[in-house]
Amino acid sequence: MLNIFYHTGRYFLLLKRVFSRPERGRVFLRQTVRETINMGISSIGIVLIISMFMGAVCAIQMAYNLQNPIIPRYLIGLGTRETLLLEFSSTIVALILAGKVGSNIASELGTMRVTEQIDALEMMGVNSACYLILPKITAFVFFIPVLTIFSMAIGLLGGYVASFGTVGLTPHDYVVGITSFFKPFYVTYSLIKSLFFAFIIASVSSYHGYYAGGGALEVGKASTHAVVHSSIIVLLFNLILTKLLL
Amino acid sequence: MIEVKNVCKEFSSQKVLNDICAEFLPGKTNLTIGQSGSGKTVLLKCIAGLHNVSSGDILYDGRSFTAMNEKQRKEIRKEMGMVFQGGALFDSNTVEENVMFPLEMFTHMTYDERRERAHECLKRVNIINAEKKYPAEISGGMQKRVAIARAIALNPKYLYCDEPNSGLDPVTSIVIDNLIKDITIEYNITTIVNTHDMNSVMEIGDKIIFIYKGKKFWQGTSSDIFQSGVKELDDFVFASSRMKQIRALQQK
Repeated sequence: MLNIFYHTGRYFLLLKRVFSRPERGRVFLRQTVRETINMGISSIGIVLIISMFMGAVCAIQMAYNLQNPIIPRYLIGLGTRETLLLEFSSTIVALILAGKVGSNIASELGTMRVTEQIDALEMMGVNSACYLILPKITAFVFFIPVLTIFSMAIGLLGGYVASFGTVGLTPHDYVVGITSFFKPFYVTYSLIKSLFFAFIIASVSSYHGYYAGGGALEVGKASTHAVVHSSIIVLLFNLILTKLLL
Repeated sequence: MIEVKNVCKEFSSQKVLNDICAEFLPGKTNLTIGQSGSGKTVLLKCIAGLHNVSSGDILYDGRSFTAMNEKQRKEIRKEMGMVFQGGALFDSNTVEENVMFPLEMFTHMTYDERRERAHECLKRVNIINAEKKYPAEISGGMQKRVAIARAIALNPKYLYCDEPNSGLDPVTSIVIDNLIKDITIEYNITTIVNTHDMNSVMEIGDKIIFIYKGKKFWQGTSSDIFQSGVKELDDFVFASSRMKQIRALQQK
């Protein structure tokens, strides 16, 4: 229990150092662009592939479960859309990114720590926490809405593709379903959640990487802890935000 | 000049440095020697401000480093350069970018000026035609030289080298040692070098401090080291059979 307080306290102290004024605005911008490419743009592929398949599977399972003459068939499309908008494109994508981006951040910072690169920055008088972590958080929080929207669009497209050749579902019914009773707030809700999740993934993973000690083994452990802890916190905040926003 | 006054450092309940007092002079290559785990690196990191001392004081030209706030420390750190044991070059930057980094962070030089200064420093450490390479693409000796170039880019007043020739062959070690000594004299820097390499001690040691189990046991020059009369130092200096032979020859 004391351990949790220790880590929580140290996490917030680290955040205090992270959110200070960067030494050089130009360097911060350049780093942010670099991180946007490293973490955001490089994640588009995996997000699109997973969203496509998940959208398709979602539509097929909806069709399988709603095989009832009294249930309108457009509900299959509607159900698929709501699943994607409300939960999949924000939470599930965040969990996937916790694995990809979180482990990447933790291992990068962990390696920098054990090879004394962070010490070298401190030695020069650079606020290493701000220099290394702030661009990562900024880039990921800035770019995650793009990934979420891509995921929504491709997920819906996946469902449409699956509607060809699925028993009990036609492309026309699917399109009617996904265009019926649309609530724009669901997109806003999903985007708000994704912003929180991006912050959690980037900051928690950075924390684990930044304070990694020892050697390669410890970097591996830091990477694992980063993924596990950010996933758990994402799920916790998913519950809290859903309670607050819906 | 750097003065270390009664410095103690503890990690949890373990005392790593115990009442260390020393003076490090400008324009001299000051060596800290001792076995692995004796506390040399911790002392160097305390002096550099990477570790806070548990008690005692560190004075930079009379200015108390321990009493400084973070802002003042940050200012004084711009006067320091450090060469880490593994080089600590930034993997994602090229050799040239590594040397340009402190210039970009702390000066208002234009890109061309920074580049020119970086090339000047690289030339000083004999790194030619490797500017666009990444640290992983160059040898260990070259990495150390690039680290020295980065450390001197801002014309530091204080230079710290933590085992600069560990993992290097004897020839490259001598090149690095001589480079450190030359730069120290050329720029009148207060240089502190941590080492357990007796070749370095004999080659470049102007002033030597021997640390044993966290305590300062002896200080002197490279010519005094064979007649120190300190058992722990003798055990360290004459650990190898080769050194024992040299002592026997001297005694004859």
